[in-house]
Amino acid sequence: MILPPETLGPEAAYQAALDQGRFFIQQCADCRRAVFYPRTICPHCSGRILKWIEPSGRGTVYSVTTVRRKPEHGGDYNVSLIDLSEGVRMMSSVRGISPHEVQIGMSVRAEIVTNNGSGLVVFKPADQTS
Amino acid sequence: MSDIRLRGSTAIAGVGLAGCGEAPGFSEIEILALAARAAVEDAGLSFSDIDGLCTANLSAAMWPLNVVEYLGIRPSFIEGTNIGGSAFVAHLQPAMLALTAGICNAVLVCYGSTQRTAAFGRKERTAARNLLDPAPFDAPYEPFNPPSGYALIAARHMHEFGTTRRHLAEVAVAARRWAQLNPDAFARSPLTIEDVLGARMVSDPFTVHDCCLVTDGAGAFVMMRSDAAKDRPQQPVYVLGHGTAAWHRTASGMNDLTVTPARDSGQRAYAMAGLQPADIDLLQLYDAFTINPILFLEDLGFCAKGEGGPFVEGGTIGPGGRLPVNTNGGGLSCVQPNMYGVFAMIEAVLQLRGICGARQVSGATTALVNGNGGNAASSQSTAILGTSAAL
Repeated sequence: MILPPETLGPEAAYQAALDQGRFFIQQCADCRRAVFYPRTICPHCSGRILKWIEPSGRGTVYSVTTVRRKPEHGGDYNVSLIDLSEGVRMMSSVRGISPHEVQIGMSVRAEIVTNNGSGLVVFKPADQTS
Repeated sequence: MSDIRLRGSTAIAGVGLAGCGEAPGFSEIEILALAARAAVEDAGLSFSDIDGLCTANLSAAMWPLNVVEYLGIRPSFIEGTNIGGSAFVAHLQPAMLALTAGICNAVLVCYGSTQRTAAFGRKERTAARNLLDPAPFDAPYEPFNPPSGYALIAARHMHEFGTTRRHLAEVAVAARRWAQLNPDAFARSPLTIEDVLGARMVSDPFTVHDCCLVTDGAGAFVMMRSDAAKDRPQQPVYVLGHGTAAWHRTASGMNDLTVTPARDSGQRAYAMAGLQPADIDLLQLYDAFTINPILFLEDLGFCAKGEGGPFVEGGTIGPGGRLPVNTNGGGLSCVQPNMYGVFAMIEAVLQLRGICGARQVSGATTALVNGNGGNAASSQSTAILGTSAAL
């Protein structure tokens, strides 16, 4: 397994892994809770050892908004908060369906796309993915 | 924790406004200075009496230095914390501590912005701030903040409690009806629930009428120890209780999108004041978006969690309703120069002085101000103010 590089701080290491097509979150070695976004200390117990784990990619839409944008600038798009099954929340975007069809409670699955040359985690409805 | 020894120990002795609405051709420090001068004069003081300063700005990291130089003051107490629009409510706490500790005698709290008319205005400053202080794990998804942060909160509140867009629209209409009673309010044209629902969508579930105004404006007030404030020309408005709380920065960092730090800040303020929601005559609830007053009515104990939507139905918080909220028209219809907290404070003071004309809440002796800051109800600061009758 290609782990995020240990020579970088967690933010840069997270992005370096994403740029290689791998999505990692952290887990605290002390309190065992999952942590996102990546940090140098645990926000739950201030533990110093945060290990990289590869999440299942399964998530649930916790909240949702459609940002309205003129069609000539790309049209409306979705911004969601996703609860990962590991127990952390992240901002992301649900793709593959109309932004107006994204619902709170929807089961989604992570996918890595390239955005402006960088890896980015987005989600698709779980029933659209294999 | 609240120290009840601070209850009533300080008071607001003067307030001032300048450049509210549009101030074309003026810079933000220029209208700030005019508001500051009006507040100092209102308190019957001169700038040589001002030995404490609380101020913040969304662009300048060392803004108190800009202000001391421009005003020509040399304060011994300087406070420049910026936790968003709530800052000028949050400034009460350090000001109270400094005044009661004898570090200073007269604190000027002041703010100004020309985001509406300046060439380098709201859009340009927001882009610059995002470069200087990014939220790196949110930014790639391009939330249109601040609306999107609060839209995510509103959507979750609607999902959990059945709050409707109509409930949100009630907040906008109540604000507009108050503004129609305030000759100084920026937006006074008629507004119906249907107008709000049918307006251009910005970030679902918000239309443009669910979002606060974008105006210019400056506001200032002067705080003193209560014994000194009694000798000033205006009737003092006493600080009975105060509390501040901050739990997160972004919507993704907010544990439960339906509960804000106002739950903590409010409890701290009530504890210091020895008062309860039933004792409050009027409220100024920072209405950056229509969901905000609904959240704060719940978190500050005026109704149960989840009942804020039905609570505001039928004009409850508008003129003639049973709980007056945002009597100047709020950030939705009166004035909103990017950070609104100082204007909420000033309206509460004017109401407690009893000089608000058509919008005056008759016989008001207590007011609660709740300042909101950040892109996701991130910081909250609650002040409970009162007249001498409430001391």
